[in-house]
Amino acid sequence: MTPTLSIDDLRIAFSHRAGSIEAVDRVSLQIAPSECVGIVGESGSGKTQVFMAAMGLLAGNARATGSVRFEGRELLAADRATLNRVRGSKLTMIPQDPMTSLTPHLKIGIQLAEVMVAHLGTTWSDARSCARRMLERVHVAEPMRRLNQYPHELSGGMRQRVMIAMSLLCEPSLVIADEPSTALDVTIQAQIIELLRAVRGEFGMALALISHDLAVVAGLADRILVMYAGRIVEAAAAGELFRRPRHPYTAELLKCVPDISGPRPARLPTLVGQPPRPGEVLEACAFAPRCSRAAERCRIERPELGGPAGAQVACHFPLSND
Amino acid sequence: MIEPLLKVRDLCVDFGSNAAVRGVDFDLAAGEIVGLVGESGSGKSTLARAILRLLQPVRGSVQFLGQDLLQCSSAALRARRRELQIVFQDPLASLNPRMTVGEAIGEPLQIFELEQTARARQLQVDAMLERVGLASGMAARYPHEFSGGQCQRVGIARAMILRPKLLICDEVVSSLDMSIQGQIVNLLIDLQREAGMAVLFISHNLAVVRHLSQRVMVIYSGKLVEIAFCDALFAAPKHPYTRALLAAVPRLPSVIPTPAAPTVPASPVLSASPVLSAEPVQQARLMASGCAYRDRCPYVLPLCETTEPPLIEIGTGHWAACHRSHETLIPLSSVS
Amino acid sequence: MGAFADEAWQRLRSNPAAVAALAMMCTILALTWFGPWISPNDAQTLDWLHLAAPPGVQNSHWFGTDRLGRDLFVRTLAGTRVSMAIGLAASVVSLLVGVTYGAIAGYIGGRTDHLMMRVIEILSGLPLIFFVIVLTVIFGRSEYLLFFAIGAVGWLTMARIVRGQTLSVRRREFIEAAIASGAGTGRIIFRHVVPNVLGPVIVYATLTVPQIILFESFLSFLGLGVQEPGASLGTLISEGAAEMEVAPWILLVPGSFLALLLLCLNIFGDALRDALDIRDGSP
Repeated sequence: MTPTLSIDDLRIAFSHRAGSIEAVDRVSLQIAPSECVGIVGESGSGKTQVFMAAMGLLAGNARATGSVRFEGRELLAADRATLNRVRGSKLTMIPQDPMTSLTPHLKIGIQLAEVMVAHLGTTWSDARSCARRMLERVHVAEPMRRLNQYPHELSGGMRQRVMIAMSLLCEPSLVIADEPSTALDVTIQAQIIELLRAVRGEFGMALALISHDLAVVAGLADRILVMYAGRIVEAAAAGELFRRPRHPYTAELLKCVPDISGPRPARLPTLVGQPPRPGEVLEACAFAPRCSRAAERCRIERPELGGPAGAQVACHFPLSND
Repeated sequence: MIEPLLKVRDLCVDFGSNAAVRGVDFDLAAGEIVGLVGESGSGKSTLARAILRLLQPVRGSVQFLGQDLLQCSSAALRARRRELQIVFQDPLASLNPRMTVGEAIGEPLQIFELEQTARARQLQVDAMLERVGLASGMAARYPHEFSGGQCQRVGIARAMILRPKLLICDEVVSSLDMSIQGQIVNLLIDLQREAGMAVLFISHNLAVVRHLSQRVMVIYSGKLVEIAFCDALFAAPKHPYTRALLAAVPRLPSVIPTPAAPTVPASPVLSASPVLSAEPVQQARLMASGCAYRDRCPYVLPLCETTEPPLIEIGTGHWAACHRSHETLIPLSSVS
Repeated sequence: MGAFADEAWQRLRSNPAAVAALAMMCTILALTWFGPWISPNDAQTLDWLHLAAPPGVQNSHWFGTDRLGRDLFVRTLAGTRVSMAIGLAASVVSLLVGVTYGAIAGYIGGRTDHLMMRVIEILSGLPLIFFVIVLTVIFGRSEYLLFFAIGAVGWLTMARIVRGQTLSVRRREFIEAAIASGAGTGRIIFRHVVPNVLGPVIVYATLTVPQIILFESFLSFLGLGVQEPGASLGTLISEGAAEMEVAPWILLVPGSFLALLLLCLNIFGDALRDALDIRDGSP
């Protein structure tokens, strides 16, 4: 079966006065139909840029090489017409910041209906009723009233629901959710995650969930990819990752997830140092400077992703049965 | 009876037609670490700014070291600022992009004329940089050359250089990566232990608040709804909003939920309840009376519509503003 | 501040148009100082043998002479020097006054701001040329009157721009942080606000210079500014306009200098804006 999304050896570099900065360094991944893949990483990990490349939304000074195939079609070097056919309809994105994702001077109804009119050629009135039905399905109360409102009249959580509705209108094969709940309060966050779970159950599309928060991803993902400094350092089935993290970074990250119950530790778990800035990394393991297990080999040789299908890790000395 | 370091009484702040802070009362003792938890729109940051008089409250008093900050002259206020400092949420935005970090950290010394020569100031700045974990050679760099975590350390250094008696931390780790948050929190704990200052730690991140605080206050829609000692609050929250907050924190699969934290997400009852689609604090300004949380509360009574519950002491050092706080409320998953 | 100046300079250097404009301006500047030494003539000598002579290399008058036989090359250079000096000086004054005025109005806000802005609006509304003419009639032509006229106008827009910039800067968090640190109003305005509004201000100032030079030329053209035997580009152009049909070079030489100067200043101003238009902190 053709994977919905297939990324091969993707490299993204940003050209800059001072030279070229590599943000994504040989990333390969696949998302099967109806699969939910969580991509976890901190700032500078490149997780968002990978999917910006898929959507053709990279910045002007970005150079991307490699291959990004969506349902068999190559997107990376595709012309705008091809991209426009695909994105917004079959390949959609829920952007990070609901505050700025909606056009401020257009009513919600128009922005939603526009998607269907542009991609499917439906009439405006049909599109509007579809939009209203979709708003109901994402649990927006009083959908008729909402359609006639402007973005600024809605709360953050409500706007995010509208974005989710927008991404589902044309029955996409893959929805990319870029930090869908990060900008929201924790109670709303829980609702949005719950909504994504429900929507996935109903619509059955593939979902790429990008987040810096492992706990957010935990409830939804079938598989999880951990990125660090533009590279994938671990790729495993969700349960396996939490039970037996193999990469030292993953293990540390798991320890950093805040814990509400249980005893209070004397010091909050943390990692020394900070994530490398894009462009700082050389031919070595990117995590070596912060790794307590780093040896000489880690500083000179870059580890490649290897291991059995459900538990891959890029580390010279992966963690074994802990 | 020792006079508390900070006494806030009936503090009210309006933002246009919106009542952002509605009658907040609390005390803070010297050397105490108090967490203030709330979501966006709850008024927590507005409260911090009102205490510092960066905004003008509509009414109320803020007694700091026996002096009402809201009534005193601007000269007296400026003098007091030496003992009352704040670290802001956005580390980069709170630093002047055109000043080196050394100048930024040293500025308070200049303002209060604590050191007479540039050399003496430089020494203090260098010492402070080392103390917060940055190399003293970095004093000549500009904020944009640093990462978020490093900028936050600079912000902390700037606030601490005056050795204030009270440090307000407004969401200081919220914009930082997870692996860095712990570093900053641990730094704050160390600094507090050394300097013995009081800390008001504002955050929406319950786990971090839990780690740091001795006492915790929960704010909703401009009012304090619960105040308790840290362990008591997390083990047995009395206000429905506190319980909802604790339930909403995303958990890793391996964590077993404690009895007091009901599992909310999977409950079919909750999907049908108004919680899922309710717009929380925006509605607050429309309510003239009654409890602000009633639209989202699964335990609501007719009384809640008409009478706002006062914040009353229900246990030792445990205050809650709920008509039903004396009952043993059944876990949410069983609410029909 | 040093790091930003360096970065901006780098950007400017890589912009060919800016470099060319800057080089041209430096050449003109050099000429105005050293030109009179190169040429065997001076600005005042009347060469009876070559009245209104066209430009040529055969005689010593490379750009020709005017109606009174004065060498156009040297005279134009002198005029350029005067125009540039007035333009620069007036710009600096309008910068200082405008920035201070605008920053104070923008930061303090409230009634003070209202009052200060009303003053600006009133001054903007006055028919300045009219007043200058009246004053010239009363006090006679002089450079000082010219300076006053330009000065009265130059700082107004600068103040408005700075006030606008200040209004947005004062909302930023580092201003709050400065207040929380106990900084007084004066320190905040001059240490925190002004350095952060300088970007657009410098650009506007560079674009003001050509405007001021043009305005000065205009006033001098009308006969309101620099007096004989002194010259500015405006007076020269005025003279040249009278001789346009008979001896066009008398107009063309100062006119070209003025046009070239303005072109270079505008190009440089644009390039400066691009160079300074960096988002703080992003690579």
